[in-house]
Amino acid sequence: MAEIITDKLCHVYSKDTPFEKTAIRDISLTIPQGQLAALIGHTGSGKSTFIQHLNALLQPTTGRVLLDGEDINRDKYARRDVKWKVGLVFQYPEYQLFEETVYRDIAFGPSNMKLSKDEIDERVREAAAFTGVDEALFERSPLELSGGQKRRIAIAGVIAMRPEVLILDEPTAGLDPAGRTQILDNIFRYREKSGATVLIVSHSMDDVARFAERIIVFDDGGIAMDGTPDEVFSRSQKLVEIGLNVPKAAELALALRRRNIPLPESVFTHEQLLDALLKAREGKAC
Amino acid sequence: MEPVIVFDNVHYTYPADEKESLCGVSLSIEKGSFVAVLGHNGSGKSTFAKHMNGILVPDEGRVLVEGLDTSDEEHIIDVRRRVGMVFQNPDNQLVANVVEDDVAFAPENLGVEPKEIRERVDAALRQVGMYDYRMHAPHLLSGGQKQRVAIAGVIAMQPDIIVLDEPTAMLDPQGRREVVDTVFSLCREKGMTVVYITHHMDECIDADRLIVMSNGCVMADGKPADIFANAELLRREGLEQPETARLLQDLRASGMRLEGEPLSVEDCAELIAQVLQSERSRS
Repeated sequence: MAEIITDKLCHVYSKDTPFEKTAIRDISLTIPQGQLAALIGHTGSGKSTFIQHLNALLQPTTGRVLLDGEDINRDKYARRDVKWKVGLVFQYPEYQLFEETVYRDIAFGPSNMKLSKDEIDERVREAAAFTGVDEALFERSPLELSGGQKRRIAIAGVIAMRPEVLILDEPTAGLDPAGRTQILDNIFRYREKSGATVLIVSHSMDDVARFAERIIVFDDGGIAMDGTPDEVFSRSQKLVEIGLNVPKAAELALALRRRNIPLPESVFTHEQLLDALLKAREGKAC
Repeated sequence: MEPVIVFDNVHYTYPADEKESLCGVSLSIEKGSFVAVLGHNGSGKSTFAKHMNGILVPDEGRVLVEGLDTSDEEHIIDVRRRVGMVFQNPDNQLVANVVEDDVAFAPENLGVEPKEIRERVDAALRQVGMYDYRMHAPHLLSGGQKQRVAIAGVIAMQPDIIVLDEPTAMLDPQGRREVVDTVFSLCREKGMTVVYITHHMDECIDADRLIVMSNGCVMADGKPADIFANAELLRREGLEQPETARLLQDLRASGMRLEGEPLSVEDCAELIAQVLQSERSRS
């Protein structure tokens, strides 16, 4: 069980000062248990402010956040406990590694949960397996490993708390294409095994087109679009107007339609585009 | 064309490592060209870049910048004046509290006359489209804007060559576009030589030349159209084929006769549309 509901969520930074800025306004969303949703939007659109509310790192200026029906800010204990249920992986989490060994870094979260030593050990090994961190690295200093390895260790540190909701802010930024695929596969494996709800903030439309069940588009502190990839990417023109990219295949489809090649609206992956073009070709040949 | 940077059998191993990070790299970079460098994490791209202005010097072999050997300490200041570097994280590269002070930092250190500093700073900020922000505080700018200020700081030094090591890795799509457009304009309009390291294939489709690094060696070196058509090489190196190249390849496999390797979305769509239409008129 882990359903997140935000009810008319608003956040104003530096309220009642000359720097007052409304970062998000009136966000009401329901994210059902087990959903894999992508959040997109350009820098400053409110995505990061939004996700920091989901585990009570930020408190709403007005509105509420409910986890399984209960307000996560109802008292200070709830505000603490929610951090174990809702795991948040920040951008460039590899800069937040601090322990002397890989093992201790991954164990840091569960160690704060009053678990037995055996339980912690089990969770560390499990999280390492999910994220592809080799146990041979356990006694190494995390600081001397490669960027990709560090990122996986940082994600393992959050997964070791067995969160029911896993939120990642641009988990693939700065990685090469193979590294990107690997990190995403790790996250999907955790989701599949644990049934967790997963929210991923991403700038890569091509990634999002491939994996998301639902896409939530932020613009200027509000939600501009919310739907399946089919629904969102069939309105590619609108995404372009907001200043966002569309997947390369959707961009090609837009350019082909402008040249009078009839293609259906819902083309946004390579396979769909290839298929639609081959159909268009057959249609013409006969 | 005249080579401005020459690598001659360059070997390099980091002090703590056993494995070589560069294993005998030999190549030369032509004046005024835009050279993109691709390769997976740990392939040696950054090590390669750091040899271009003497941050690292070869264990074996040599690097010449406009004829100056980077290993020769007498030349190091001259080398760095000719080759400007821009790194991944804009926050680590900005030092001043005001944008124009930041851009003036290098020429001030080079002892340039105040009047000329003013001119260089203004020109550099205009070149990257940040002149209107000259009195702003850098930390309040967006990532793309910060990175453009960092580039202006390098241009104000008036280098002949600019080396950028994943300058867009931390930026959103809009910031990436701003930076890529700025860098191309430096090359195409100002005639600067650009060495551009990236993980984003679509940023290099207009480059003059593409170098693919792997395990410290140059694995491929050629025109973007030729390298991106080689799906097998890209897969082996953990890189992605741009959607345009992949689509053309799959359409050809289905029997469509498409000639050439247009990599931009518009050119690719144009070619496909033309062929589809001519097929229709024939049938």
